[in-house]
Amino acid sequence: MSNYIDKDTSNDGIDRRGFLKCMAWAGAGMVWAMKGGILTARGFAADAATTSESDFSFVQVSDSHIGFHKGVYTDVVGTFQSAVSRINALPVSPSLVLHTGDLSHLSKPAEFDTVAQVMKSINTQQSFFVPGEHDYFVDNGNRYLERFGKGTVGTGYQSFDYKGVHFIGLVNVANISNGQTALGVLGNEQLEWMEKDVAGLGSSTPIVVFAHVPLWTIYEQWGWGTQDAARALGYLKRFGSVSVLNGHIHQILQKVEGNITFHTARSTAFPQPAPGTAESPGPMKNIAADKLRSYLGLTRVDYVEHSGMLATTDSTLADAAPATQL
Amino acid sequence: MKAAARVSTLYLIVFNIITINFSTARASSAPSTQPASQAAVTVKIENFAFLPKELDITAGTTVTWQNADDVPHTATSKDNPQVFDSGPLDTDDRFSFTFSKPGKYAYYCKVHPHMTGVVVVK
Repeated sequence: MSNYIDKDTSNDGIDRRGFLKCMAWAGAGMVWAMKGGILTARGFAADAATTSESDFSFVQVSDSHIGFHKGVYTDVVGTFQSAVSRINALPVSPSLVLHTGDLSHLSKPAEFDTVAQVMKSINTQQSFFVPGEHDYFVDNGNRYLERFGKGTVGTGYQSFDYKGVHFIGLVNVANISNGQTALGVLGNEQLEWMEKDVAGLGSSTPIVVFAHVPLWTIYEQWGWGTQDAARALGYLKRFGSVSVLNGHIHQILQKVEGNITFHTARSTAFPQPAPGTAESPGPMKNIAADKLRSYLGLTRVDYVEHSGMLATTDSTLADAAPATQL
Repeated sequence: MKAAARVSTLYLIVFNIITINFSTARASSAPSTQPASQAAVTVKIENFAFLPKELDITAGTTVTWQNADDVPHTATSKDNPQVFDSGPLDTDDRFSFTFSKPGKYAYYCKVHPHMTGVVVVK
């Protein structure tokens, strides 16, 4: 079966065969490679080649919810550490680690201290954070910003460059606390900052945006989207390669729109139901303890400079160790 | 024996008087127009919803929110200035607020803003 799109009827960079093939990988770990609007999906067997060809890789972890302790989810520190062990077992250490929010469950100092300790144990050059609503609603993000806000502006947003890739960390949980919308909000101040931030960049610069709440509306009834995301994405339309990495919904969902690839990561703490499949978006119930780790995971992204290609690999904590799989 | 029995009866009477005084003091602090049975109601927070979503009460009623979910929620007034804010309510945590003035009090959960409710005070 071809790894390339052969019937792109809606001109959105994805075909039915490719979609179904990608879905088959879901839950078992998958590789998404992106070049322009073209997606290819491969299994873990092809992963080693990607690793050796890539100029650098980074890892996304999300929704560690340190402090949560209910049902089968009694060891969120342990599952977070398992994710770290998987990162540290990679044949090539990731250059960067991004945590896409909900570091803590209730913004307690001890919870943040644990997150900082676990993140420190990762073999990487630097870690970057954006807050989730659990890091923000208790005290308007004060404790979070004290510990993880270094180098950020405003409510905790930031940008930086690494080997030609421009990273933008956005905060869409600070303004939801006004009760005017159920969705995430970036806000005018941050959007103006973002417009200026990308203004001087050449259109061939690969862009990676990371934020907690998805920047595309997945399920409005549960607040799974960002009210003013369209304005932010508008600033990115001229770029050839844009990857948007989110957390919040504790499951993998992907979408391609023009040159923008959207991707949500698994949580390291607990899974949430697929949109609309349960009465509420609360932690999934009736998950057997021995199956829990197949619902938790992390995401690795490889970047190949000469082709401007980003490949996203999701793996669960239940998958065989990366060293034996690659 | 007789003297000892008389002494303990006396203690019992004294104890009773104190008890009565206590309950009188408590009753007088509650609004005199409200029957005790209607002065307190509970809003349950379950499955990411406030139950009941709309609550009709009379002025002076104390509303207690109780979180029956396994994730934290808040009951936070939408008014500006804010009338009440429970702060984080973890599982089984409660928050009480007494509504003394008539009005319509819209509120929501700060963690999950799609959760909304309203208290109508007459």
